Amino acid sequence: MELEAAKMIGAGLAAIALAGAGVGIGIIFGNYLSGAMRNPSAAEKQFPNLLLGFALAEATGLFGLVVALIILFAF
Amino acid sequence: MSVNPMHQFEVYRIGPEIKFGNLDLSFTNASLFMAISAITLLLLLFLGTKNKLLIPSKIQLITEMSYTFVAKMINDTAGSVAKPFFPFIFTLFMFVLFCNMVGMLPYSFTVTSHIIVTFILAAIVFVGVTIIGFIKHGIKYLELFVPKGVPIALLPLIVIIEIISYLSRPLSLSVRLFANMMAGHTMLKVFGGFVISLGLLGGWLPLSFSVALIGLEILVAFLQAYVFAILTCIYLNDALNLHH
Repeated sequence: MELEAAKMIGAGLAAIALAGAGVGIGIIFGNYLSGAMRNPSAAEKQFPNLLLGFALAEATGLFGLVVALIILFAF
Repeated sequence: MSVNPMHQFEVYRIGPEIKFGNLDLSFTNASLFMAISAITLLLLLFLGTKNKLLIPSKIQLITEMSYTFVAKMINDTAGSVAKPFFPFIFTLFMFVLFCNMVGMLPYSFTVTSHIIVTFILAAIVFVGVTIIGFIKHGIKYLELFVPKGVPIALLPLIVIIEIISYLSRPLSLSVRLFANMMAGHTMLKVFGGFVISLGLLGGWLPLSFSVALIGLEILVAFLQAYVFAILTCIYLNDALNLHH
């Protein structure tokens, strides 16, 4: 296999990591919403935690994206 | 594809070349936009606090809102012990926010989309928090790596995991901001490229997408600055109130 083609395939595989980030963000927002529907008065206090969880979940996926970009542009 | 979407992240020299040995200290577009964000920020805060009125003007209102926002954030996450660190966290939050927001303007350069910028910010936070922790608790600060109520058999493993997670803090803090900004701006440029390549007939669909994405990116720009600041508060909380 040519090196260029292998790089493209590798970068594509590394981008699969973002699927996990999608699942994680969905779970976080879904659970926040269902919790907020049950107890709306407590919802506002947990909003910073929601954003924090969102950022942490998204970051793990973005590490995969960074790996893909390193494969594509740094090598 | 007409234009490479990564072209926007290119750093180039503006003005004369300044070199000290191997060190290139020339003024680049990155330094220009960093200076623009810093000056805008200083100007906003200066104008906002110049005429202190009981019924605030719009610009004073923005200043007061950002002040209370950050003060509340510090108080909620790190408690009143962290009050002396308010200036640092406020500066950090506003600087990252303004760099992100200036980057959203067309034809501008996003300073925070370069990992060296975010890594230096995160390294300052990491080193500072570690020093504060050791000053406040002495050698007992190492108790941070030993969580309470863990079975003795699991302890060696947990301590290693805690140490690794502590050391990877600056990396995750910087990569989060950098990757979010870079991915977002690349996506905007890719959709912009679709508009050009589809032309007058088919270009309207990606154009409307592009408008929605810019809204999303402005949200992300704010959110990432907020997350950067709140994680700094949480690390500070670990250092100031051990095991709380």
